[in-house]
Amino acid sequence: MMDIAQVVEDTAAKLLEISATKLPSEVKEALIQDEKDTEGSLGKSQLKAINENVILAETFTKPMCQDTGLVSFFVKIGDKFPIKSEVKTALIKATEKATEKVPLRPNAVDMFEGNTKNNVGLRGYVPWFYFDLVEGDKCEIIAMPKGGGSSNVGKMKMVPPGKGIKGVKEFVVEAVAAAGPLACPPYTVGVGVGGGEDMCMNLAKKALLRPLYQYHEDENIASIEKELKDILNKLEIGAMGLGEGTSVFDVHMEFAARHPASLPVGVVISCWALRHAGATIDREGNVEWHPH
Amino acid sequence: MEYHLTTPLPPEELKKIKIGDVVYITGTVVTARDEAHLKALELHKEGKQPPVDFKGIGLFHCGPVMKKNEQGEWTVVAAGPTTSARMEIFQDEFIKTFQPGIIIGKGGMGARTTKACQEETCIYGYFTGGAALLAADRIKKVKDVFWYEELGMPESLWLFDVENFGPLTITIDTHGGNMTEKRIKKIEENKDKILQNL
Repeated sequence: MMDIAQVVEDTAAKLLEISATKLPSEVKEALIQDEKDTEGSLGKSQLKAINENVILAETFTKPMCQDTGLVSFFVKIGDKFPIKSEVKTALIKATEKATEKVPLRPNAVDMFEGNTKNNVGLRGYVPWFYFDLVEGDKCEIIAMPKGGGSSNVGKMKMVPPGKGIKGVKEFVVEAVAAAGPLACPPYTVGVGVGGGEDMCMNLAKKALLRPLYQYHEDENIASIEKELKDILNKLEIGAMGLGEGTSVFDVHMEFAARHPASLPVGVVISCWALRHAGATIDREGNVEWHPH
Repeated sequence: MEYHLTTPLPPEELKKIKIGDVVYITGTVVTARDEAHLKALELHKEGKQPPVDFKGIGLFHCGPVMKKNEQGEWTVVAAGPTTSARMEIFQDEFIKTFQPGIIIGKGGMGARTTKACQEETCIYGYFTGGAALLAADRIKKVKDVFWYEELGMPESLWLFDVENFGPLTITIDTHGGNMTEKRIKKIEENKDKILQNL
């Protein structure tokens, strides 16, 4: 009998390695294209360095950025998948293992006890999990490490509902302008609208998992995504904030219902290294790696 | 213009450099982030000296990924710059107290750092953010580490020997020039135009 918890642990550790060392193919292609398209030498040299670095990371299986992020997992557990709460334990073990093996930078800092040195928080919250219960007998795991620099420019605002969609757009423009050169552009921007003050941020982060240039299936939302992408590039932030090259690769939005009195908007910004990797495990322990 | 400089960086050389120039550094570079800045300044206030003499060397805003090899020696895995803006709150005091020759980071710094750079003859350069393996490649030796047990891997003072460390795009020079501040002003102007037309 296959030890399913062990499969989950090994798979998740591998996902952390893949996400730290290899960009999703469409992100890699976007960066290469941007280097070709950028005319100014300041911007072009930044993109050249980024692309060389991406190749080195992939070739030598080393983290592309020293900031290997705060670890979070998006997990969907099927009703008939053999283990449930043990998945959480396995993911924590995977985090410790990957920290040692890849290696990842120890990034879990306790405010009172200092750096835990293994990327696992002392108080049970890190790595952070987004669990979802689904039909079927499989378990899908997506690892998403996110760097501190780009997390620091995330923003949430309770927009007055009377401002409507225009208020949403205004806030996204303000948030990305405020990020400016700080968080390693070219950026990908996740926007969550609706829910409560916490849910909009959650949705914004989740929106970053959608592949680049794949727009929302709802045409109303897709057209706002495209409009925002065009508008945000008029900010002229450029590669590494030097004013040359693409500022924003893409904008992905997710909408939830909102309270009549509230219009929460969350903006989560990814640096050029939009890192995530996924796999699906079936009840027999077979692993299907997601296209990367 | 392109400059290849060796530490300790001579002030007369630093004065020649203007924003937009590209610099490569050979010699000593030490990493320091938020915690290390704070601790070094606290020690100084208590009349004590930090374990590294920062004068004329490179101060690198970086929290590297490090690994011990089979001989038990530290090696660099990945070492790109962190966001420098976090250090703006005490960088000017740090420059005045310890007089580093160049600060290496990414994302730029503000008016207080610019003023301190002008007064103390220091410059600030961008290493491409996230290009952690290119940076690691230019680090030839890990000379020492301080405060590791207390502050952990990202926040320790890692003392490196570097060779042709760069390209560093200079965005703050010794003449009060600050390229990032100009860019931020442009972004703000563009934002105002966009918001008017939404």
